[in-house]
Amino acid sequence: MRFGTEIVALSVFAFAALVAAGFGVDVPFRQHMWVLFFVLTGFTAILLRNTEFKPAAPVDPSAYMDGPIRYGAVATVFWGVVGMLVGVVIALQLAYPQLNIQPWFNFGRLRPVHTSGVVFAFGGNALLCTSLYVVQRTCRARLFGGNLAWFVFWGYQLFIVMAATGYLLGITESREYAEPEWYVDIWLTIVWVAYLILFLGTILKRKEPHIYVANWFYLSFIVTIAMLHVVNNLSMPASLLGSKSYSAFSGVQDALTQWWYGHNAVGFFLTAGFLGMMYYFVPKQANRPVYSYRLSIIHFWALIFLYIWAGPHHLHYTALPDWAQTLGMAFSIMLWMPSWGGMINGLMTLSGAWDKIRTDPIIRMMVAAIAFYGMSTFEGPVMSIRTVNSLSHYTDWTIGHVHSGALGWVGMISFGAIYYMVPKLWNRERLYSLRLVTWHFWLATLGIVVYAAAMWVSGITQGLMWREYNEQGFLVYSFAETVAAMHPYYIMRAIGGAMYLAGTLIMAWNVTMTIRGRQREEQALAGSVSALQPVE
Amino acid sequence: MSSEHIDEASGISTTGHEWDGIRELNNPLPRWWVITFYVTIAWAAAYTVAYPAWPMLSSATRGVLGYSSRNDVKNELAAAEAAKGKYVAAIQQKTVSEIAADDGLREFAVAAGGATFKVNCVQCHGSGAQGSKGFPNLNDDDWLWGGEAEQIQQTISHGIRYASDPETRQSEMPAFADVLQPEQIAQVSAYVASLSGPVRDKTLIEPGAKVFAENCAACHGENAKGGREVGAPDLTDAIWLYGSGESAIAAQVRAPRQGVMPAWGARLGETKVKELAVYVHSLGGGE
Repeated sequence: MRFGTEIVALSVFAFAALVAAGFGVDVPFRQHMWVLFFVLTGFTAILLRNTEFKPAAPVDPSAYMDGPIRYGAVATVFWGVVGMLVGVVIALQLAYPQLNIQPWFNFGRLRPVHTSGVVFAFGGNALLCTSLYVVQRTCRARLFGGNLAWFVFWGYQLFIVMAATGYLLGITESREYAEPEWYVDIWLTIVWVAYLILFLGTILKRKEPHIYVANWFYLSFIVTIAMLHVVNNLSMPASLLGSKSYSAFSGVQDALTQWWYGHNAVGFFLTAGFLGMMYYFVPKQANRPVYSYRLSIIHFWALIFLYIWAGPHHLHYTALPDWAQTLGMAFSIMLWMPSWGGMINGLMTLSGAWDKIRTDPIIRMMVAAIAFYGMSTFEGPVMSIRTVNSLSHYTDWTIGHVHSGALGWVGMISFGAIYYMVPKLWNRERLYSLRLVTWHFWLATLGIVVYAAAMWVSGITQGLMWREYNEQGFLVYSFAETVAAMHPYYIMRAIGGAMYLAGTLIMAWNVTMTIRGRQREEQALAGSVSALQPVE
Repeated sequence: MSSEHIDEASGISTTGHEWDGIRELNNPLPRWWVITFYVTIAWAAAYTVAYPAWPMLSSATRGVLGYSSRNDVKNELAAAEAAKGKYVAAIQQKTVSEIAADDGLREFAVAAGGATFKVNCVQCHGSGAQGSKGFPNLNDDDWLWGGEAEQIQQTISHGIRYASDPETRQSEMPAFADVLQPEQIAQVSAYVASLSGPVRDKTLIEPGAKVFAENCAACHGENAKGGREVGAPDLTDAIWLYGSGESAIAAQVRAPRQGVMPAWGARLGETKVKELAVYVHSLGGGE
C-alpha cells in the first residue's frame, strides 16, 4: 500500500499532538500543539486521498531523484517571498510604530519570523535542494536511502512551520537565530541527522573517484550546523508538556556559546553552504572550469578552521574576558583571505567568459552575489576590530552588514541557482523570460544599495550620537533623540527592502510560468545592450 | 582517469578530473592572496602577544601592553569624576540660587542637569522640555508650583501628589459634577474660556462669572490668575495642560485629572536634584 507507513506514523503523531494540546501545562504550548495537530492531520488526509493499493512502481536506481528537489525549489521561492515580506513589514513597524499589532504581530515576535524565515526557511531550502541536486550530479549517484530525501524535505518544512508559529504565539528561547523551544529543537536535530545520512550516503556510493569541491562545502555546512545546533540548544525543559526550558549555560558562558553558534551559523550556513552552491552553479552557468583547484583546497580548510574561533568578536566590551575577545578578533582578521579565496575562485572562473556578464542576466546575478560576498567578508573583519566595534556595536551598521551579506550574497546566489535549476528540473527549454531576470537583478541590486547605504549612515550616526560628550563630560543626546534621528533612514530601509521584495515577486512569477511550461515571447537580450541600464 | 587536459580558452592545464562537465584549472595561488594571508597571520600573532590572549591553566597571558578593558573604564570614570570634583563640591555647599548666580557653577550645573534630564525627565516632559498634554512645558513662564530655583528644587525633590513622599506637593481639585448643575458647568466653562479667547455663546459668560466667584475663586483667585500655594493654574493665559476650549474645560471641571510627578530626591541624590533645578530654571521661564 502506497504511503501506508507514513499514514500510520502521521496519525500517531497527530494523536500525540492532540493529547499534548489537552494536557499541556501552559497556554502557548497547548495552542502550539493545536497547530501541530491540524498540520499533521491535514497531511494525513492528503496522503489518504492519494493512497493506492497497488504495489509501488519500481524505481530506476540509476536515475537521479529530483522530486524533493523540485519541491525544494518551490519552497525556496515561497519562503523567500514570506520571509522578505515580513522583513518589509517589520522595517515599516520600526519607522511607524502604530503598525505593531498586539500581541501576535508586534515587532518582537515578527523579527525572529523574518530572520529565521529568510535564513533557515529561504536559505535553508535553497541549500537543501541545491545540495541534493549537486551531490547527485557530481557523484553520478542517486540519492541514498530511498524516501529519506522526502522525510528530510517535509520534516524541515514542519520545523519551519513550528518555529514560525511558535514565535507568533510568544514561545521563544530568546537565543538569536536559535529561538525555537526545546521540542522544536529536538525535531530539527532528527531531521538534520537524516539530512547528514542522506548526503553522506550519497557521497559514499558515488561513481566519481574524487569528491567535488562543492560537496566539501555542503558537507562541512551540514556537519557543523549539527554540532552548533545541538550544543547551543542544550537545555532542560521545565515540563515535558510545556513550552519553557532552561539553558545548560548561564551568564557569560551562555553568551559565548550563543555567539559561537550565532557567528558560525553565519560562517557555515550562510558562507560555507552557499560557497558550495557557487562552486557548482557558477562554472555550470558560465561553462568554464573552476579557476584554481589548489586555491579551493587551501581556502576551504583555512576557512573552516578559522571561522569556528571568531565568535567572541560579537562580545567586545562585555563581561567576556579580554583574552577571549582578543582571540575572536585575531581569528576574524586571519579569516579575511580565506573568505576572499572563494570570491577569487568564483570571479576568476569567468575568465574567458567575461562577456557573459553583459549577455547573461543569470551570470550577472551570480557575479553581483560574489561581489557582495567579497564586500561583506571584508567589512566583517573590519567590524571585528575592537576600536571599530566600539562604534559599530549595537547600531544599525551591524544590520546593514548582515543584509549586504544576506540580500547580496545569499539571496543573489540562490536566485542564480534557482534560475539555473528550474528549467532543467521541469525539462523546460528555457526560463519563461530572461528580461524578467534582468528586472529582478536591477530591483534587487538597487534595493540592496538603498538598504545598506541607509543602514551605514544611520548606524554611524547612532554610534556617534551615543558616545558624544560635551566639554564638561556629559552626554549630549538622550536615547529618544537618537531614535528620532533614525526615522528617515528607517523609511529608506523599508523602501530598499520593498524593492528587493518586488524583485523576488518577479522571480516567483517567472518561476511559476516556467514550471507551467510557458515561454514569454520577447526579443532576445542583445549582446550589444549596455549592461548598465535595465532593458525596456 | 587523470589524463592530461588543457583548457582551450586559457591554455592552462586542468586537474584531469571532471564532474558533471565541470573541470578545475591548475592555476597557482594568487601571489597577493598568499602574501596578504601571511601578513594577517603574522599580525594576529603579534596582536596576541601585545594584548591579553592565550588562556593558561588559571588565567590568561596579560599581553605586553598591559591592556585591560576593565582598567580602561575604571581610569576613564575616575578621570571624569576628578574633573567634576571641584564643581560638585561647590554645588553641595551652596543653595540653588547661589549656584544660579555664579557663572562658572551655573554653566556646569546646567550641563550636568541637562544630562540628568535627558535620562530621567524626557519620557514625560519631552527631549526639549516642551511637555505634552498632561505634562507641563518647562520652557515658558507659566508655573503651577512656582518658578524660583528653590521652588523647582522642592518640586523635583519631593514630586507632586506622590503618595510615598510626605513632603510632596499636595492639592486636589474637587469633581464639580457632584456640586454644580450641568448648565452651571457650561456657564463657568464659557466664562473661563472667554478669559483667553472668543466663545460661542456670549450670554453664558455673565452667569458663569458668578458661578466662578462662588466656587472657583478660592483656589484660582478672583481674577482667575491661579494660586501657586495649591498648584492652581492661571486660567487667563492660553496655556492649557489638559486641552483648551469650552468642552475640555468642562471635562476638567466635572472630573479633574490630577497629575502625578515622582519624587526624585531619594533616587538621584541632592546634588543631581540641585543641578536639575538650575537646568530647568535656566530654560527660559525661571523667576
